[in-house]
Amino acid sequence: MSKMKSVYGEPKDNYMFKIRLKSTILFIWCLILTIICLLPVYILIINATRLHTDIAGGLTIAPSKYLLRNFRHMRSDFGNVFKPLIGYRNSAIITVCATFLCVFFSALTAYGIQVYDFKLKEVSYTAILLIMMVPSQVTAAGFLNFMAKIGLTDTYWPLIIPAAAAPSIVFFMRSYMKSSFPLEIVEAARIDGSGEFRTFLTIAIPMMKPAIAVQAIFAFVANWNNYFTPSMILISGKTSQKTLPMMISTIQASDKTNDLGVVYFCIALSIVPIIVAYVLLSRYIIAGVALGGVKE
Amino acid sequence: MASAAQRRIKSISYAKYGYIFILPFFLVYFFFQLWPLINTFIVSFQGNGSNTGEWVGLENFQHLLKKVTLTAEDRANLRNSAKLTDDEYLALSNKALRAGIHQDFVTAFKNTLILWFGNFIPQLLLSLSLAVWFTDAKLKIPGKGFFKVVMYMPNIITAASVAVLFMSMCSESKYGAVNQLLHSLGIVKELDGPQRDTIKFLTGVWPARIVIMFIQTWMWFGNTMIMLMSGIMGINPSLFEAASIDGANSGQVFRKITLPLLSPIMVYTLVTSMMGGLQMFDIPFLYHQGGSPNKDVSTVAVFIYGHFHTGQMYQNYGYSGAASVLLFIVTLCLGFITFYLNRDVDAIAKKKQRKRIAKQAKAQSKQFGGLSI
Repeated sequence: MSKMKSVYGEPKDNYMFKIRLKSTILFIWCLILTIICLLPVYILIINATRLHTDIAGGLTIAPSKYLLRNFRHMRSDFGNVFKPLIGYRNSAIITVCATFLCVFFSALTAYGIQVYDFKLKEVSYTAILLIMMVPSQVTAAGFLNFMAKIGLTDTYWPLIIPAAAAPSIVFFMRSYMKSSFPLEIVEAARIDGSGEFRTFLTIAIPMMKPAIAVQAIFAFVANWNNYFTPSMILISGKTSQKTLPMMISTIQASDKTNDLGVVYFCIALSIVPIIVAYVLLSRYIIAGVALGGVKE
Repeated sequence: MASAAQRRIKSISYAKYGYIFILPFFLVYFFFQLWPLINTFIVSFQGNGSNTGEWVGLENFQHLLKKVTLTAEDRANLRNSAKLTDDEYLALSNKALRAGIHQDFVTAFKNTLILWFGNFIPQLLLSLSLAVWFTDAKLKIPGKGFFKVVMYMPNIITAASVAVLFMSMCSESKYGAVNQLLHSLGIVKELDGPQRDTIKFLTGVWPARIVIMFIQTWMWFGNTMIMLMSGIMGINPSLFEAASIDGANSGQVFRKITLPLLSPIMVYTLVTSMMGGLQMFDIPFLYHQGGSPNKDVSTVAVFIYGHFHTGQMYQNYGYSGAASVLLFIVTLCLGFITFYLNRDVDAIAKKKQRKRIAKQAKAQSKQFGGLSI
């Protein structure tokens, strides 16, 4: 009996050991990747608190005490090109309006296609799917040319209104509605005397809240981070009009970049709010990305 | 259940709302996306500089694609232009301009491909392996949720800020954090002074490219990993169980089960990554020291942007348009190729077989004088 036990026991122990070893190795590998992911941001935050001359001395682990000094120097050195409060305000105006339009009209379009039967229903849906394939950089030249012709450059309209046509979000919303929006509810609302538009506003939108929230987060991030379109449309480059990414890019182009402490401080001003928001919302964001993987 | 008549009445009374609801989308789409796309095609056939609007046919495409080489004699003539007549000088400087534009476009195209391959392959390997390990029920890796959150984080940060951040960190002077790290590891001997051997992450061709590939991988591997993970979790778990009962090792499970069943999502990832790669703009555009973008890393999108944004005075919309059209065609081709490669071979073969059998049956029935037996 004891002999048999050893015969059966050994490989099992060996197997468990192997699994444990593999898990440990992978855990260490993940830790290394975590460090790689966090290190640039960590260096950024630490260096934002340090003096320019100290930065030349190598990396440190602990922050220094020159945060306020860097802030004051930012005001004096980059005062005319980098105004973070104006940048936040401009980015916020564009991003909030664009996100609202994007989510609202995507939901409206998805609802229209899903709920009603009309002749061009399938045709319009196929058209939306085809549109999804066209990369936005391809249309940029014609877009700017057209905007310049009708005099909309240097305004925020070309940055906000196009958000109302977001094919991939319509696609997402329709697949969400297919699975979790029973059409009987629309019938019931009709019988109770609700108008079509009111049904959409008071019944469909609350029911689509999860999908809307996820897509709103992504639209917000995409618009907030957008550098290409604003820098293309806001040609004259007035500081009072610039978005935050555009201001960051002026720091890069500025010849005053020799005070690295201040440069790091400016970059930190643009990155830290996003990271804070991300930490608070990370659960929803990760879940939203995962939904992208089950699109089939 | 609604009868046919009822259904017809319903469709008559409510169809108009369908049109009303989708109208804003299509209006905005038409004005801000479709018309600009058509306009891009129109612009690509028009002139540059002061005579924008003049129809020049395929000249822009020719300028982008046709090789123009300046001879040594041309260069010498350009240098001491006093000897030339005005017409000769104009012709020669035009030739130089054309040679430059062709060169820029070809470099930009090459860079786009290099940068895309260089970030997509490590990104896919990394995220696929991580996704497989994270979803493996046998392995016990603690803190999976935390790792996911951390690895996705770079994706959320403004790309423009990331570019400037890496530019500051990769500085070639003694201030560069990366060179400092390499110095403490002993790879870089001297950080400062005449004998400094810091790595030229900003001005060197390949170091700069590698940094950009790294940034792109850094930003996107978390995103790809989470998408692939949810794809793997969508595979029926009983398949994995059955495989492990049959004694398959993890390599076999990966090759025979995970990979084939993951292929739709892999294609989706491939296509989106390809679109993203062809549009890569923020980081190559901003990752350079002062002045104009670094030619060694600038992509097609940077080329397009550079030509319609050279200032109000002289806008080369024509070249931008032509480059956009070429980019569009390349995107379409790549998209079709991926979908073609990914088509369900078994299903098509089965369909063909079924057709053949049907044909045979038909032929046989004809042999028997149209009588069905």
